[in-house]
Amino acid sequence: MSRTRTPVVTGWFTGEGEEFRLLGTRCSACASVFFPREDAFCRNPGCPGGDLEEIPLSRRGRVWSYTDSRYRPPSPYVSDRELEWRPYALIAVELESERLVVLGQTVPGVTVADLTVGMEVEVVPGVLNEDAETTWTTWHWRPTGVTA
Amino acid sequence: MTGEVAVLGAGMHPWGKWGRGFVEYGTVAARAALADAGVDWRDVGSIVGADTVRGGYPGYVAGATFAKALGWQGARVASVYAACASGAQAVNTARAQILSGLADVVLVVGADAAPKGFFRPAGGDRPDDPDWLRFRVLGATNPTYFGLYARRRMAVHGDTLEDFAQVKVKNAALGALNPNARYRKRVTAEEVAASAVVADPLRLLDICATSDGAAALVLSSMEFARRHGAADPVRIRAVSTVTPRYPNTVLDLPDIATDSAVAAEPAAGTFRASIARAAYEEAGVGPEDLSLAEVYDLSTALELQWYEDLGLCGEGEAAKLLREGATAPGGRIPVNASGGLASFGEAVPAQAIAQVCELTWQLRGAAGDRQVAGARVGITANQGLFGHGSSVIAVR
Repeated sequence: MSRTRTPVVTGWFTGEGEEFRLLGTRCSACASVFFPREDAFCRNPGCPGGDLEEIPLSRRGRVWSYTDSRYRPPSPYVSDRELEWRPYALIAVELESERLVVLGQTVPGVTVADLTVGMEVEVVPGVLNEDAETTWTTWHWRPTGVTA
Repeated sequence: MTGEVAVLGAGMHPWGKWGRGFVEYGTVAARAALADAGVDWRDVGSIVGADTVRGGYPGYVAGATFAKALGWQGARVASVYAACASGAQAVNTARAQILSGLADVVLVVGADAAPKGFFRPAGGDRPDDPDWLRFRVLGATNPTYFGLYARRRMAVHGDTLEDFAQVKVKNAALGALNPNARYRKRVTAEEVAASAVVADPLRLLDICATSDGAAALVLSSMEFARRHGAADPVRIRAVSTVTPRYPNTVLDLPDIATDSAVAAEPAAGTFRASIARAAYEEAGVGPEDLSLAEVYDLSTALELQWYEDLGLCGEGEAAKLLREGATAPGGRIPVNASGGLASFGEAVPAQAIAQVCELTWQLRGAAGDRQVAGARVGITANQGLFGHGSSVIAVR
């Protein structure tokens, strides 16, 4: 049975392969960028308020910091309790042109031992979890030195 | 400068995992504070409860719940919620009522009964809630954020795992002296290093537990204190409850990203630094005037961060300050003389109130074996999820 691929959150990312991008919004009045996206209001207190348009964020950034999750996170995180818990790494990535930091999981197989602060990473499509009908998709960060 | 309010009484229910309800803990703490103040509950004009989201429905209306448990007597009531900063908001609400003349004597109570394991968001499918999203999309528990901050300090300032462990060693030694602390055993650096990694680079003994516990304060006008016979009470001189300024460029719990600084320059100094600055400005004191500080050591590394945010040392110098012993008992500025969250474990709505209880006992010279000699000025600091600053300065 084939599962439907569905983003875990609607409107936060788009595209496949090389075309994959996180999606934010930008205020037409003050050029502030928002991720997660703001669609109803600009949060810059010095801005009179403009229209918010969707923009793709930079594909690459640098590691601001990183950590991992050695224990199974509680619900609503979904994991198979039948399987032994396998820790995954989390990276906070600084995007230079947007001047913001975005958190994300690394691609499977990359551990904290592979990471350093300041390292270049890129955003790639990933799978968060699967259930009977759905493959829930997400974004992952991958060090640019890694090709797998 | 804002006027002062008197701390007439302080009380706690000891921290632990007692398996009972938060109302019971809060009532014990409230009665202890009232007895300490020598005030009859029926003479209290207002009660302010710090809410617990984990205690269930009555927790959301904590003020009235405690008033009912103590016996309805018609007092004015308020309940506040600001995550970890709830206690400071409760103190501030009480202070505002006293300074505006709405009440002479106010009882402030916070209590929690914590679940086992990680804190988690409220149930249901709630993609509009950032706290729900960070768990669903990233599995980002609180300790993973503490891990990010710790790793960042190691990379930028050269802090080491040994530095982090020494914070735990210091706080555990103080907690061993505190009858209200949950953990009353000294800990060695080797024991920290041997504990399991929870969120790299932090280990179990670097991270504070979640606890049951309760704390309460009886606050009054200076005029009431004089009439009541308290000639020289501990006074609350400042309560900072500031929010961040846009763009907030430090990744804060529970957010998945920071604000963007592309269109607006960040203010000088971080949100955490602004929390303390607002308290200093309101109190008319500076870090050089402090006798002690109670800071929110959710992790060992975060205690070091607070040293810098409170201005106890320059940026990047916290580990040096720790290594010099300045923040240990007998040092220039003892930090977490209570034993801190390392020894208590966090009981969310009670914790910021407990910090003020410790200042009260220290400033009275009644802190027993953990007394900071000649304490005159103390500060508390914490930060609540979603943008809640919290800092109290008390003097005597």
